[in-house]
Amino acid sequence: MKDHRTSISRRRLLQAAGGLGGLGLVGGLVPTAVWAADTLSIGFIYVGPKDDFGYNQAHAEGAAAIAAMDGTKIYEQEGVPETLEVQKVMESMINFDRTQMLFPTSFGYYDPHIKKIAPKYPDVKFLHAGGLYEEGDPENASSYFGYIDEAQYVAGTVAGHMTQTKKLGFVAAKPIPQVLRNINAYTLAARKVDPEITTQVIFTGDWAMPVKEAEATNSLVNQGVDVITCHVDSPKVVSQTAAERGAYVTGYHVDQSPLAPQQYLTGAEWNWGEIYPRFVKWQKAGKDWPHLYRGGLKDGFVKTSDYGPAVTDAARKAGDEAIAYFMSGEGVIYKGELKDNRGNVVIPAGQEREQTDIQLEKMDYLVEGVIGSTSA
Amino acid sequence: MTSHPGLRLAAESVVLILATFAATALLFALFVAAAGAPPTGVFYDIYLGAFGSWFSWQNTLTRAAPFMLAALCTALPARLGLLVIGNEGALVIGGVAAAAAGISLNGVAPLAVQVGMFVAAAVAGGLWIAGALALRHYRGVNETISTLLLNYLAIALLLWLVGGPLHDPASLNKPSTPSIGSANMLGDMPGMSVHWGLAYGVIACALLFVLFRYTTFGFAARIIGGNVRAAQLNGLAVARITLIVGFLAGAAAGVAGMVEVAAVHGRANESLVAGYGYVGILVAFLARQNLAMIVPVAILLGGIEASGGLLQRHFELPDATTTVLQGTLFMLLLASESLRGRIFPIRVQEAN
Repeated sequence: MKDHRTSISRRRLLQAAGGLGGLGLVGGLVPTAVWAADTLSIGFIYVGPKDDFGYNQAHAEGAAAIAAMDGTKIYEQEGVPETLEVQKVMESMINFDRTQMLFPTSFGYYDPHIKKIAPKYPDVKFLHAGGLYEEGDPENASSYFGYIDEAQYVAGTVAGHMTQTKKLGFVAAKPIPQVLRNINAYTLAARKVDPEITTQVIFTGDWAMPVKEAEATNSLVNQGVDVITCHVDSPKVVSQTAAERGAYVTGYHVDQSPLAPQQYLTGAEWNWGEIYPRFVKWQKAGKDWPHLYRGGLKDGFVKTSDYGPAVTDAARKAGDEAIAYFMSGEGVIYKGELKDNRGNVVIPAGQEREQTDIQLEKMDYLVEGVIGSTSA
Repeated sequence: MTSHPGLRLAAESVVLILATFAATALLFALFVAAAGAPPTGVFYDIYLGAFGSWFSWQNTLTRAAPFMLAALCTALPARLGLLVIGNEGALVIGGVAAAAAGISLNGVAPLAVQVGMFVAAAVAGGLWIAGALALRHYRGVNETISTLLLNYLAIALLLWLVGGPLHDPASLNKPSTPSIGSANMLGDMPGMSVHWGLAYGVIACALLFVLFRYTTFGFAARIIGGNVRAAQLNGLAVARITLIVGFLAGAAAGVAGMVEVAAVHGRANESLVAGYGYVGILVAFLARQNLAMIVPVAILLGGIEASGGLLQRHFELPDATTTVLQGTLFMLLLASESLRGRIFPIRVQEAN
């Protein structure tokens, strides 16, 4: 119990108010305790468990970084589906816990849920992971996102050095742009090391399909794949299964090295512990921030896991060079001439697509060297 | 015992319900204490989150609305002695049909669009379950298994439609149908932030209760539920009644899907698969398939779910805590049925 004393005093207050309101049918909202003026209450909402070694844990690490700051109080709720429920949870946090900032973290929370609730509470800031903010959306909403394909590019470089069979495996949820960017960046980096390398991709169809993820991982290893990565909500099953089968693992979302201590190479991680405290500092200073706030390795939005014990010196050096390439601000993943895996030219020779390029957000192809199809 | 047998039965029901609640509260208190939270504080937060303020009531009622409609999908066929668990599938199909109707009627007056969505959802969901009951009646296919499998089919169909024929090219990272348009949305009931789904649920339960309790159709359905052979021998149109009941059941769940699309999401996508259908089965069983009891039971479950957040935030209990409470309640309620007739046994007076 983090704040036993305050919750008891709040309960007393509520009991008094409850007595006035009878069953609560009468009157408006129940008053909650008055916080010290310099304490900022912040709510976090997760679609799954916050210790999932994946998407939700990455955000929970950001929440923990905020909790460690002075003058903050965080409220967390996990397992909230992308339905009316998230609207009610947001309102409940505002009404019962007096949260002034909300981080509803799942991609599907934004439209229509945040867009519907935010105008009702103009004094509360709504921050959403996904980069979905558009002109005309509520003033007190904003959206942030990281170019995690840069970190995947680094991981792909290491994987390209470590593979013996020249076959990489990618367990992915759905063939949507965010996922395709990761698969393509990973493959492009590995093939820069050795053009004979291929990436076999298997789509499981949804974000959390543990059984299918295990089956996919096993089938990849059976086909001779010796480095496996993934883009699903929780990489736990893929990492553990791959490690048990003796394949190397590169991680996603957060550091999975505890799950595969010997087999873990590196991984593409969110760095919300760096980004979230920035928002809180701005809020406390009364500063505005952009409605769309994005960046990659250089801006601290994403990072790579520490290299595992198996990584060779050559792979380590190549990985460090790839990181330096992006840290310089000159890093470009998608350059012409780039062909998809059906032979069509998707970026003509001489053209570059920088991370901010809107075309990249509509990606619907798998690059040459990926074995798989975007249509299920 | 000289009291009237009917009174005795009623008293027994009340005692059973109260005993079930007391036992549930005791077991849950032990569970909560084992998880390291103070039971009294937890119970207070459940009350607070579910019914403790006007905001809590609205939260509870909003959650209860889809449960009512979904529960009818199990409770109506139960009148015929059939166990249908295809609530989720019928809801999803209804939602997709509503979205398709909403999109194709775009430009017509909002009320017409809403009526169109309602009818499309009711017909689609209705045919979905009526089809399963037709298989049952004519071919002897087990309706429980078939409707369970139909749930998976419905979800696959939804994912295919929103990724293919009904795909909105702008919905890149979460495949969806195009929006039905904000003007065509159902909105909230006057004076509260609870959508119209609640009114649909209450009205549907009330109308169907009257239909099954006070009409010859309802009487015939009960006879079929009692003994199909006897019903057939008495010349009842068993096939027709079975199909109509299946249609009404599926239509109710389909309308729940329409409400999700028209009042919440504005489009159809994977968010329709939220498990309301499965909670509906739970509600129907807790209400003991009694149509009048569905409304209060749905509100009770809505309240339990509405309070889950406070338990997580104030006591750091896991999100499955309310599921444990629901599960305990459900198991004990089913178990309590075995005590029926034993608390106040009716003694038959022996002839002198």
